[in-house]
Amino acid sequence: MGLLSKKDRKLILDPLADDNPITIQVLGICSALAITAQLKPSIVMAVSVLFVMGVGNVVISLMRNIIPSKIRIIVQLIVVATLVIIVDQVLKAFAYELSKELSVFIGLIITNCIIMGRFEAFALGNGVWRSFLDGIGNAAGYGVILIIVGFFRELLGSGTLFGFKVLGDPVAKTGLYAIGYENNGFMVLPPMALIVVGIIIWVQRSRNKALIEEN
Amino acid sequence: MAINTDKNSYTVIFAVIMVVVVGSLLAGFASGLKPMIKANEKFEKQQNILYAMNVNDNEGDSDVAFIPTDRVEEEFNKYITKQLVIQGDDVKENDEAYLIDLKKEETKAKDPDYQRKLPLFVGEKDGKEVYVIPVRGKGLWDAIWGFVAVDKSMTVQGVYFDHKGETPGLGAEIKQRYFMDDFTGEKFLNGNAFEGIEVAKGNNDPLNKDTTDNQVDALAGATITGDGVSAMLRKDIKLYVPYFKSLNQ
Repeated sequence: MGLLSKKDRKLILDPLADDNPITIQVLGICSALAITAQLKPSIVMAVSVLFVMGVGNVVISLMRNIIPSKIRIIVQLIVVATLVIIVDQVLKAFAYELSKELSVFIGLIITNCIIMGRFEAFALGNGVWRSFLDGIGNAAGYGVILIIVGFFRELLGSGTLFGFKVLGDPVAKTGLYAIGYENNGFMVLPPMALIVVGIIIWVQRSRNKALIEEN
Repeated sequence: MAINTDKNSYTVIFAVIMVVVVGSLLAGFASGLKPMIKANEKFEKQQNILYAMNVNDNEGDSDVAFIPTDRVEEEFNKYITKQLVIQGDDVKENDEAYLIDLKKEETKAKDPDYQRKLPLFVGEKDGKEVYVIPVRGKGLWDAIWGFVAVDKSMTVQGVYFDHKGETPGLGAEIKQRYFMDDFTGEKFLNGNAFEGIEVAKGNNDPLNKDTTDNQVDALAGATITGDGVSAMLRKDIKLYVPYFKSLNQ
């Protein structure tokens, strides 16, 4: 028996694969398309959402018995908004360049459907520890997809990873470029993020047939 | 303990307490982090000014790489010899000229009695004096701004533009190298008169070989942003013309 019971482990592991918020529930797509042109912003976004979801789920769960049901959506919104503003301020203070790059999308974490969805569906009805695990699990599931998409888009679109030229120099024609390889500029544009997410969904469903909906 | 969470009075009290708690939490965070955010904004300005002077870390043809923040203060002090504030005929040295808020100055200048404060950064690169002028204007959606480096005869040495919310792929391209680099060599004066530099659609000079036409090639699909850049340059650079005339006498 490890640190977590089987049920708890399921809370963390399910959203990573068979109940992934992006590929299965198709939530939080907007930001997944917008900021994944490079790996670094994808990771910062993933970490920011991890923080907001983890803490947010705990706060909502702590207050679940005293939140007036009439204004519960407003209360949830205030909690997300507060956390997001804190993330935004901290980024501005310690990672200014990145915060400029992520610009409006940090603010848009507030409207990320995954977060409100988990508050409403899980944290309002479950204990603190389980809510925390659920938040972390879902944010990680979101983050994993973001990082996978960011990895392929930066690698194939710009030939770099974290800004390092891993495939050689396209101007000086070294590495792969020496044998005629070209960057696919289309990968940098948002539509390709949709296609990459589509491919991930396809791969995932062909490996696990149970996920395919019957018509 | 059973609380009736459906009562109106409870809802109101809950909302009030929530707002007070959240409000003070955020206020605490904002004032705690303010010095660091201010410092970052200052570094960004210094990077932009140096970039306009062609002091940068560019490697490729399309790079826009600033001097990294850990070196920027040192490089700024090395290249910028003095910071001036021009107020009418009065020119003063002021080490905090970069703190002048162009937007506020522009609003204040609507009062005819007010002499607008104009910041100017005088630098030296490769033995040549460069004057960096900050500009600010309107794009299609929101503010655009920049720094223009000129020499004594108001010939452009380099520019840096930035924007708050122009359309990605269209107006937002004003901060790309292929647009900014076109300005280098262009002249603000035509003979002795101020003419400005126009972002022009039909100048038949896409490679920008003619640097005496007071025009640079526009961005396709970004007419209003381009016009905003022209207007911003005309409006703000013009204010400095008397100072440059006095320099050349």
